[in-house]
Amino acid sequence: MHYWLSTLIGVPVLGALGVAAVKNELRAKQATLAVSLLVLVLTVVMAVQFSPNGDKFQFTEKYSWVPSFGIHFGLGVDGIALVLILLSAVLVPIVVLASWHEAEAGKRSVRMYFALLLVLEAMMIGVFAATDVFLFYVFFEAMLIPMYFMIGSYGGAQRSYAAVKFLLYSLFGGLLMLVAVIALYSIADKGSFMFTDLVGSVQDVGTQKWLFLGFFIAFAIKAPLWPFHTWLPDAAAQAPAGAAVLLVGVLDKVGTYGMLRFCLELFPDAAHYFTPLVLVLSVVGIVYGAIVAIGQTDMKRLIAYTSISHFGFITMGVFAISVNAGSGATLYMVNHGFSTGALFLIAGFLIHRRGSQYISDYGGVQKVAPILAGTFLVAGLSGLALPGLSSFVSEFMVLIGSYETHAVYAIIATSGVVLAAIYILWMYQRTMNGPTAESVRDIKDLNGREKWVVAPLIAVIIALGFFPKPLLDVINPAVTDSISQVQHVKQESVAQEGQ
Amino acid sequence: MNGTIQAPTIEYGLLAPMLVVFGAAIIGVLVEAFAPRYLRSSIHKPLTLLSLAGAFVLTIWQARSGIPTKPAAMGAVAVDGPALFIWGTILVLAFVSVLLINDEGHFVASASAVPGSAEEERALSEGATHTEVYPLALFAVGGMLLFPAANDLLAMFVALEVMSLPLYLLCGLARRRRLLSQEAAVKYFLLGAFSSAFFLYGTALLYGYAGSVDLAKIGASLGAVGGQDTLLYIGAAMLGVGLLFKIGAAPFQAWKPDVYQGSPTPITALMASGTLVAAFGALLRVFWVALGGLEWSWTPIMWGVAILTMVTGAILAITQTDIKRMLAYSSIAHGGFLLIGVVAIGNQQQNASALSALLFYLVAYGFTTVGAFAIVTTVRDAGGEAWHLSRWAGLGKRRPLVATVFAFFLLAFAGIPLTSGFFGKYAVFQAAVDAGATPLVVVGVVSSAVAAFFYVRVIVLMFFSDPAADGPSVVIPGGTWAVGALATLATVVLGVFPQPVLDLAHTAAQSLFVR
Repeated sequence: MHYWLSTLIGVPVLGALGVAAVKNELRAKQATLAVSLLVLVLTVVMAVQFSPNGDKFQFTEKYSWVPSFGIHFGLGVDGIALVLILLSAVLVPIVVLASWHEAEAGKRSVRMYFALLLVLEAMMIGVFAATDVFLFYVFFEAMLIPMYFMIGSYGGAQRSYAAVKFLLYSLFGGLLMLVAVIALYSIADKGSFMFTDLVGSVQDVGTQKWLFLGFFIAFAIKAPLWPFHTWLPDAAAQAPAGAAVLLVGVLDKVGTYGMLRFCLELFPDAAHYFTPLVLVLSVVGIVYGAIVAIGQTDMKRLIAYTSISHFGFITMGVFAISVNAGSGATLYMVNHGFSTGALFLIAGFLIHRRGSQYISDYGGVQKVAPILAGTFLVAGLSGLALPGLSSFVSEFMVLIGSYETHAVYAIIATSGVVLAAIYILWMYQRTMNGPTAESVRDIKDLNGREKWVVAPLIAVIIALGFFPKPLLDVINPAVTDSISQVQHVKQESVAQEGQ
Repeated sequence: MNGTIQAPTIEYGLLAPMLVVFGAAIIGVLVEAFAPRYLRSSIHKPLTLLSLAGAFVLTIWQARSGIPTKPAAMGAVAVDGPALFIWGTILVLAFVSVLLINDEGHFVASASAVPGSAEEERALSEGATHTEVYPLALFAVGGMLLFPAANDLLAMFVALEVMSLPLYLLCGLARRRRLLSQEAAVKYFLLGAFSSAFFLYGTALLYGYAGSVDLAKIGASLGAVGGQDTLLYIGAAMLGVGLLFKIGAAPFQAWKPDVYQGSPTPITALMASGTLVAAFGALLRVFWVALGGLEWSWTPIMWGVAILTMVTGAILAITQTDIKRMLAYSSIAHGGFLLIGVVAIGNQQQNASALSALLFYLVAYGFTTVGAFAIVTTVRDAGGEAWHLSRWAGLGKRRPLVATVFAFFLLAFAGIPLTSGFFGKYAVFQAAVDAGATPLVVVGVVSSAVAAFFYVRVIVLMFFSDPAADGPSVVIPGGTWAVGALATLATVVLGVFPQPVLDLAHTAAQSLFVR
């Protein structure tokens, strides 16, 4: 039996307790960084041992938690979960470094901020590693609490509004999912919440549709899919930059991950039935998010809206039901985490220098801070899927894959690529190019710490742009397995129509 | 047979926990009569706590030595699995509430003095106290023990009165905001008297129908007696009104916010936890044992009551500005969640799982409630507790630990995973889905989401708002500290390792109520 995954969850939890207990603020920060780096090392060591063509779930652990309800503390990862855990493990130390001075501007405890960060890391790993549906739900809900406090205590002027909106939206979705989880357990009647026990246990298509909706709405709010997206711009704009990265980069991926893992595998018939609806919502989201992003005056809101557009691509990839699109969507989840993370963090550095989130307050920054502007450009270009940068590969795969099965949607979605060029380049032009604005004349370029934050992100973006194969090798078998059930349903229905 | 009266058989051993509490209450009254004033308090405190602890030990001992399968005391009292579990719960919650009562400053110096009068001033300066609260509380607890265990309607009515009368009195004894407190007592008394009258009238009608007040006999006569259905239905409805009033189910919830607000907070804690547990025990016994065969008639109504209760509690709580009124509405909403479990009936096994879910919920909710009210007592202004919500602003910065613990209780009320409230809700919802009451669960879930809003609002106030310059001070006496710690521990343990208590509830519910 392995203890990899429980170690990955346990280390940050213990670290958080330690950080909360340390009196010295600098020590607390250093400890947080050390713990998150330790988690990263452990994750990498674990990931290397993963065999892509081995069992579906690897590094499995299973302990009985609440036998009365058939709940297990069941952990295990397949390729999809593995890359998302890797994403979390890489982002957290970067966020820790980026947030070094984050909490000092606020009035609340610095130690608390970093302790919450580590608790959040434990829950992010847990939610992806859970192989018990109930355990997944527990992490899914519980991870809201640290994020809620991070936004509410350390965010911008409208932080408490944003925090409450974030919490209530997610909680509402989660509660609908709870009903579906309970009903799933009752109907399956296996006395167990283990994912592997529940797969294929709901045969009736009508029931599947209801349960699918229960799960799907929760994930659509989380992802966020249009029209459930309205909390995201508020939450992301008000959250401190580091928290915004984890919110958009990892937490929202739980939504798309959940669609791929639970909606498709548990309810294949319903997934097939709802595919057109989801694709329409995705395409609307792609175009709508992009157009609204163009109109934003606030940098962080703009980035948030670009994410809504990108999440449209991811959900389209998940529901296009082709291996290419599914793998592309999964890779997109990772790439989006890095490129949007970089955008949020660099924008955060800039906002921190000038004290304003508004695009109109900037201009000509590249003359005074060339490295800042240059890295911002790279991150932005990855966001608009320039070939050679990471997002290109995934966006291309999603579009190609969707074209195979749903050509019309893919064609409309392609307009999102063009719009992406507008919102990114126009924002870059207004903030970084042109005559240097009076107010930014004195700002300094990235300092040493900030370079250490940005460098790994840029490196990953470029590396994955040219060489995504290792990740794809891990992702492909898992995605193939995930969507095979729906493909099966689809073939059956085609065969019936043919008769 | 003529002229000879046979002595009734009373199983004193089985009734021992109740007798200990009542005995201690009577000794308490004697202490009031004979002990000098300066000694009373120091006699009452250990006496009350020891009697509750002793009764708890006796309850445990009884549960371990085997659960009786027949009602005791000539069929008047049923000491069965659920009753023992409820007894244990009530005794622990009462013990904890008494710890709160022990801490000074909650009760009026002289209840008979007009508020603001010279007489009151004098009583205050003399340092007079009403030590009667201890025997009164013990009588109320004794009534709470008998209420869920009563196996005939008359015994249940007696229990209802023994439980309620001391509480009416205790409600009026708050040291601060005395007019509000007296108003609460009068309201509670008048409305409570009405509901008791309903209960009694219902008892009379059911006696007319079945020829007996024994729950099991009423249950047996349901199919057998013909042509008297009017009596049965009106009688059942009236009993229902009486019981639902005690729970605070809508549309009989109006007293709860006023009474919770006006009462001394330790008494509110005792009512919100102990009375609710006892009343649910009694409600279950009446509806499942006596009216079990009538379920087709009462379940639709109970559905409606449950929905109305959840929605009313959750929505009205949003507009509250008084922390105790807010908790009162929250308690109404939780009563609604519990009612979902009452209608989740089916076969024997389904009933057992619904019952064990309810028992678990009651334990989880009881502890969190006592803890929350304990925190309410600690946040004080010059004029007593800082009741207005706006006074709680920025408490997280002023007193992080107190605010964190309170936030944790609120999250437990909201049912966030890894707190006791989550598994409580989960257990009840699961039982309801198994019984085919999924629409009710959906309403429950939506109400939970609405309820989460006002719990979260308090957290926002405490943590995300800046403290006022003249904010309240936090005073934590020893007893309150212990209560807070215990309630936190219970909320964590039941949220992370619920299995032992679930097993206990399961065992208690296995054989259902004896008949």
